[in-house]
Amino acid sequence: MIDIEHITKRYGEEAVVDDVSMTVERGKVAVIVGTSGSGKTTLLRMVNRLVEPSEGRILIDGKDTHEIPGHLLRRQIGYAIQGHGLFPHRTVAENIATVPKLAGWEKRRIDDRVDELMTLFQLEPSQYRDRHPGELSGGQQQRVGVARALAAEPDVLLMDEPFGALDPIIRAKAQDDLLEIQRRFETTVLLVTHDMDEAMRLGDQIAVMAEGKIVQYADPATLLVKPASEFVDNLVGTADRPFRLLSLRKVGDIVEPGSSEGEPVQPATSLREAYANMLWQGRDTLPVVDDQGNALGRVRMDAISPWAARPA
Amino acid sequence: MGGSSGMTITTARLLRAVTLVVLLIFLFRPETFEPMLALLVANNAPAIYNQGSLLSLTISHLAIAIAATAAAALISVGFAILVTRDFGREFLPLSRSVANIGQTFPPVAVLALAVPIVGFGTKPTLIALFLYALLPIFENALTGLTGLAPTVREAARGVGMTGFQRLLRVELPLAFPVILTGIRLAFVISLGTATIGSTVAAPTLGEVIIAGLLSSNTAFVLQGGIIVAALAVLSYDGLTALERLTARRTGRVATAV
Repeated sequence: MIDIEHITKRYGEEAVVDDVSMTVERGKVAVIVGTSGSGKTTLLRMVNRLVEPSEGRILIDGKDTHEIPGHLLRRQIGYAIQGHGLFPHRTVAENIATVPKLAGWEKRRIDDRVDELMTLFQLEPSQYRDRHPGELSGGQQQRVGVARALAAEPDVLLMDEPFGALDPIIRAKAQDDLLEIQRRFETTVLLVTHDMDEAMRLGDQIAVMAEGKIVQYADPATLLVKPASEFVDNLVGTADRPFRLLSLRKVGDIVEPGSSEGEPVQPATSLREAYANMLWQGRDTLPVVDDQGNALGRVRMDAISPWAARPA
Repeated sequence: MGGSSGMTITTARLLRAVTLVVLLIFLFRPETFEPMLALLVANNAPAIYNQGSLLSLTISHLAIAIAATAAAALISVGFAILVTRDFGREFLPLSRSVANIGQTFPPVAVLALAVPIVGFGTKPTLIALFLYALLPIFENALTGLTGLAPTVREAARGVGMTGFQRLLRVELPLAFPVILTGIRLAFVISLGTATIGSTVAAPTLGEVIIAGLLSSNTAFVLQGGIIVAALAVLSYDGLTALERLTARRTGRVATAV
């Protein structure tokens, strides 16, 4: 759990981050969205004390981050950045092993952990362990960057635009992988992005930042239907709003008994995707099946539409 | 394209090997070349330097250049490290101008000034070469240490390395090829400049050249000059190869070559 309490960072007279408080619950993903210069990166970097706050304090699992030296604090917190920041002179395995090595793990344990993470991030250890970062694709480098951040089993992971340098298809895959791994390790994630779609996709909670302050901190649905200000309203995009609402719900939530023609969808499919499939196939209903292809029922367009509407 | 560049590399390697072999034969068996050099002398003057051993002069020439460059490297890299730390950053302009002064003084002037203080012999030569080597190594070390990708620097802090660990595990290894370039430049300059050390009685190959000039013996001048040139070319090549190797290990040219 991360508790940010009345944090302020001033450079000279100007407050880049101005009296910000927020809490990220254990095992949840919080996303800070904002334009450049909103102070979001500075806020993130104060959590692992790459930037020292001018005022206020930050607690991780109830402990004040100022109680231990900065470099020891940073070994306990995962940190992944845009453009991955891998050490070009170290192999993939050495890069991932960086923090466990600094923390003095035994060699056996480090090797096991590196193999585990590489497998998890779909980098065959025997093939990639001894390669240098320069020999990897952008997507692979990014995965190694996240694997390195997670290597010492941190409870908290900070990410600064981690997928910013990836093309859209690889980015979507990287986002899915992150969520899967985050759930598996129950890591608390604080992620910074300027991309509202990414925030909606990843965040259990989203903090919208502008001019050093948090304008609204809420779950994605609340942000969409009850924006706290015109700024938030513009940021979530009025034209896309119904579809963004649909993307927050799954077919499994509204599946009903019955059968239907057409390409089946799965319970985990978002309503947005199911709706798009209906429009594309020219149907009002679609069958719902599980992983094995067993029929579970159907989903109706009429049942989807209300979820896209502004709540009364 | 690939074939022709491969050919050039092989030819260059061959040339280097030949140069080395000829140099070694000349140093260990100078009389082999006597008939050739005899064409350059008149009045039965000696064709091969006879006032000392060419081999031992070459060794002391090399030793002086190596010692001066090594000392300069130690000091320059040390200062470059200091002025790129947070606490030393304010000394950056000062150290730059000190290194610049070292470079502006002509070595001959340094020799002249040093002799009254430390006397004749190897010492003034060492001082001149040392001062002259400071700037190229210092500038390159600065470039290497400050030229790291910001994301790499940020990541090194972010994973929880202390300042010392960042220096030792990230900054120096990545800066090493660039530092080596500075050392190569300084060393090659030292090899050439060491010849003038003989004017103040340092045992270098300059003795051979000066002896030749004093007695109008072209063969002496030529053999002294050629040995120095061969040493310079071979060290230049050797150090360049070492740079490439380390650069490849630091991943700077992972896909090139």
